[in-house]
Amino acid sequence: MKRFWIGVLILIVVCLAGFAAYAWKPAIDPIEPPQRASFDQALIEKGAVLASVGNCTACHTKPGGKSFAGGLAVPTPFGTIYSTNITPDPKTGIGRWSEAAFSRAMREGVERDGDHLYPAFPFDHFTLVSDEDNKALYAYLMTRRPVENRRPANDLPFPLNLRFVLAGWKLLFFHKGAYREDAAQSAEWNRGAYLVEGLGHCGACHTPRNALGAERKGAHLAGGEAEGWDAFALNASSAAPIPWTHDSLFAYLRQGWHADHGVANGPMAEVTGNLGRLSDSDISAIATYLVSRMGEPTPERAAAAEDIRKKLSLDQGGTPIPASATAGSPTSRGGAIYQAACATCHDGSRPQPFGGIDFHLSSTIAARDPQNAINVVLFGLPAASGRESPIMPGFAAMLTDDQVADLLGYLREAYARKPAWADAKAKTADTRSGKYRVSVRPSDGIERSPDNVGAKD
Amino acid sequence: MVKLNVNGTSHDLDVDPATPLLYVLRNDLKLNGAKFGCGLGQCGACTVMVDGKPVFSCLTPTMLVEGREIKTVEGLGTIDDPGPMQKAFIEQQAAQCGYCIAGMMMRAQALLEAKPDAADADIRQALEPNLCRCGTHMRILRAVARARDLMQGKSAGITAPAAATGRG
Repeated sequence: MKRFWIGVLILIVVCLAGFAAYAWKPAIDPIEPPQRASFDQALIEKGAVLASVGNCTACHTKPGGKSFAGGLAVPTPFGTIYSTNITPDPKTGIGRWSEAAFSRAMREGVERDGDHLYPAFPFDHFTLVSDEDNKALYAYLMTRRPVENRRPANDLPFPLNLRFVLAGWKLLFFHKGAYREDAAQSAEWNRGAYLVEGLGHCGACHTPRNALGAERKGAHLAGGEAEGWDAFALNASSAAPIPWTHDSLFAYLRQGWHADHGVANGPMAEVTGNLGRLSDSDISAIATYLVSRMGEPTPERAAAAEDIRKKLSLDQGGTPIPASATAGSPTSRGGAIYQAACATCHDGSRPQPFGGIDFHLSSTIAARDPQNAINVVLFGLPAASGRESPIMPGFAAMLTDDQVADLLGYLREAYARKPAWADAKAKTADTRSGKYRVSVRPSDGIERSPDNVGAKD
Repeated sequence: MVKLNVNGTSHDLDVDPATPLLYVLRNDLKLNGAKFGCGLGQCGACTVMVDGKPVFSCLTPTMLVEGREIKTVEGLGTIDDPGPMQKAFIEQQAAQCGYCIAGMMMRAQALLEAKPDAADADIRQALEPNLCRCGTHMRILRAVARARDLMQGKSAGITAPAAATGRG
């Protein structure tokens, strides 16, 4: 018996030692900050485009702050993480990181000094980025203006504040590796897959996460959450009333809106804003890959879409009235609100993106969760500064929680032909009070697009 | 019949409940402070306060504000006895054509009631939805900063211009 316990003890020690060996990462020696002249201009420019694919600025720049200087609070279910300074400042940024240190961070999620990075930094995607692309990203970031800015300390509970714990997370959920071409698919498809699954890290928002914050394996691109917004499914369960096609997705990603789908809003507005730098061919590749993930729509979905198209082409200016809208019913009250407050824009003659979407087309109204609809009703779509953009005023001060619920119930039944969301009122209350946190962005995401970011430096 | 509480007075009005609040204020109650600008909630000339919060009255159906406290620029003071916000705008000569001013004052009033010590940057940010086409923005910002000081009992002197901070 005694021998058994000794055996168990040895086993535990061996496991701990093994884990320690796995968890321990060496520091990579600091370097003298490289001179700008040591980087090729073409490489820097390539890196600029790649940085906008990676949407680096969205997390690494605080709105109104200096470009890439970090310090943005990223709320997670576990606590708040503050983004790092990725300017080449030698003291507080990555100025003393060698290219090897930068590549390791991208590939393995490890800091120059050997600490593990939190998966809020999507190294589970960035591990797919090629060496050449990392080289270009490094050249771009190392030639930005250095900004001395120490970010606030993360606010995470024990034991998540201990970095070596992250090695356990990686052991469970992280697979290091480069992108592997799928020989059965076209070059364009592979290019799209490389961008979507790697640097674009679409799944970081569009894939649901498990209790430990890792993307759920069986639910790839099945719809997730981002900064208080639903990130809709990009697989067969897409909520879009008119199924996405390569051309509509291309146009949406290129210009931030499409007549069949409306304007990008929430954090997606920033993404489409940043994609402005990307070439048409790369955006087309992304569309090719994503539409293949969604697959051919089912015959029922295709028929429903055809129905909507017919209805819109015959539109006589009337608004639909659901069967439940009897005198004094919630949907009747909601319909009255729609008529009086929303129809001017949403059933008007101005086309998108400056006129409102017809809700027959709205993924937001067809979605399984009311959150995005609540966000837009309460906070609207703030206008971009300094250029034309979609705009919608917020109705938070006008509508009570009950009125928002009535309105959404009406929109759901009348336009999506689905039952009202049961949790709309409770979620409206939590969103309004700030208990449920939502970030609100200008509708075309211009605020922190690479051309604008730091414009006030 | 719609029952509205405007500037502390209750009114029973025979209007279609879908009528925008702005039309009822101007046409039925003859309160012409709030202006019709764009009719789309994009310019702010129609801004009034509902339960202390600024709303675009051109987009607000009357039925949504029944029984709630509505305040218009006429509720901030009178010609003979202007309130601090009005006093500050007069003092700073912040109006040129004046069309946007009632809306500016109401949004600023809502800010200062919620945040009496609002910083210049807060004022700038809060007024962002309201447009002025004459370009008296700097005077408007000064006037609101002045109103803040007046409301806090600082009567003497003119404060420094709202500094160029925050987001425009």
